[in-house]
Amino acid sequence: MTVGALLRTPLYEEHRALGAKLVPFAGWEMPIQYPSGIVAEHRAVRAAAGLFDLSHMGEFHVRGPAAVAAVDRLVSSDIAGLAVGAARYGLLCNERGTIVDDVIVYRLDEEELLVVVNASNIDKDRAHVTGHLEAKVDFEDRSMETALIAIQGPRAAVILSTITDLDVREASIEALAPFGVTSARVAGARATVARTGYTGEDGFEIFVSSDRALGPWTRLLAAGAASGLMPVGLGARDTLRLEARYSLYGNEIDETTGPIEAGLGWTCKLEKDFIGRDAIAKEKADGPARRLVGLVVEGGVARHGHEVFADGIGVGVVTSGTFGPTVQRNIALAYVPSGKAKVGTDLAIRIRDRDVPAKVVKTPFFRRAA
Amino acid sequence: MSMIPDELRYSKEHEWVRLDDDTATIGITHFAQEQLGDVVFVELPEKGSSVRQFASFGVVESVKAASDVYSPVSGEVLERNLKVIESPELVNSAPYGDGWLLKVRVSDRGDLANLLSPADYRAHIGENAGSGGD
Repeated sequence: MTVGALLRTPLYEEHRALGAKLVPFAGWEMPIQYPSGIVAEHRAVRAAAGLFDLSHMGEFHVRGPAAVAAVDRLVSSDIAGLAVGAARYGLLCNERGTIVDDVIVYRLDEEELLVVVNASNIDKDRAHVTGHLEAKVDFEDRSMETALIAIQGPRAAVILSTITDLDVREASIEALAPFGVTSARVAGARATVARTGYTGEDGFEIFVSSDRALGPWTRLLAAGAASGLMPVGLGARDTLRLEARYSLYGNEIDETTGPIEAGLGWTCKLEKDFIGRDAIAKEKADGPARRLVGLVVEGGVARHGHEVFADGIGVGVVTSGTFGPTVQRNIALAYVPSGKAKVGTDLAIRIRDRDVPAKVVKTPFFRRAA
Repeated sequence: MSMIPDELRYSKEHEWVRLDDDTATIGITHFAQEQLGDVVFVELPEKGSSVRQFASFGVVESVKAASDVYSPVSGEVLERNLKVIESPELVNSAPYGDGWLLKVRVSDRGDLANLLSPADYRAHIGENAGSGGD
């Protein structure tokens, strides 16, 4: 990877033509918003659909007869039990039981897994994964050759189906189960299509070869225009994921946080052996000293790094905060002592030398109607 | 192209001011709201407090970040715009109208001499002259 120069996705020129504001993110020059703005983009995803260029994300392919067992040992969730055509969220942890990255593992075939990692962690994760893989397992980092386009929102399935042919003819893309994955042709391009996302909405993630990314992107924009689909930047991606209480690596989770305190214990199958398992089992048995909680903030917008107070004493820190365009409130996630983590607990957040009230609430802040 | 009304004076920090007798109405410019993006929170000083020219008097927050706002004049706060506190998006939709922030009794009308004319402000934000207001 080039140091200094920013990388550009194959859709860079499209973003420029759409009038996007482009900013550096994890070494990439990415659209943070388009001219309609973060709130309009956020609402489009909740009400209709949004189209995201996530080509900065990392894609590792692990292949071979021992691939499933090898990845099962690396990832906290149950990968051995993952059926072909299914995907699962999980964590890469170290021996200390803290979080190296959060990933989605897709079982593409009997002997092939796709592991999607955060852009900021590609180099670190590659070293971590290859350092723990046995020689007989084939590992390929296809991050630079793979584009990722996500279409998210209640109308995503209908829009995507108009330009998609499944390789398996009997099923429609609309019949793909949540966390299902299949091969397909999208706008004629050979693609891997999964019903996954990071917005709290129904939606799909489409992996295509970088040199074929333009077709699906432009065809989806055109196919969705009449339904209210908008291109969506990283700004709204952040407000959407925060309303849905999805962790962002570098904010809620990193190598100083464990899965239990982060509220990610559900991703850890402690009955199996995986890297970090023993430390996580201990964290669970002892009970974590602090927990990640959702807060509703009155009279200010909490931001990453703001201090949390209980009865005038500093007790914790905000990991993410924003105005939630759908919930119409200022929301935040914060680590607080376990004794202050109960729903209904009154806390305060220091915003520019002023303490504003914050209350622990149930999360997710937003849950779409079933 | 930014809207830069002819009858206003501007600060380099992208505030505007309109003077009626000694009452100054203050807001942020169209250019500033465009740069900020969707405004979701506004913090303003209470009536009776004093503001100083070029000193921060409050905060305008967009979805992504908080920005200080600086007073283009010195004086005493006569009124803060409660409508904009209730509906911060007015800063985006009507930066020179319902999205105003403060009314201030100006202590020295000479303060205005330290501010930019519409043409100077247009040059300041890197736009060519002759592009009329709204």
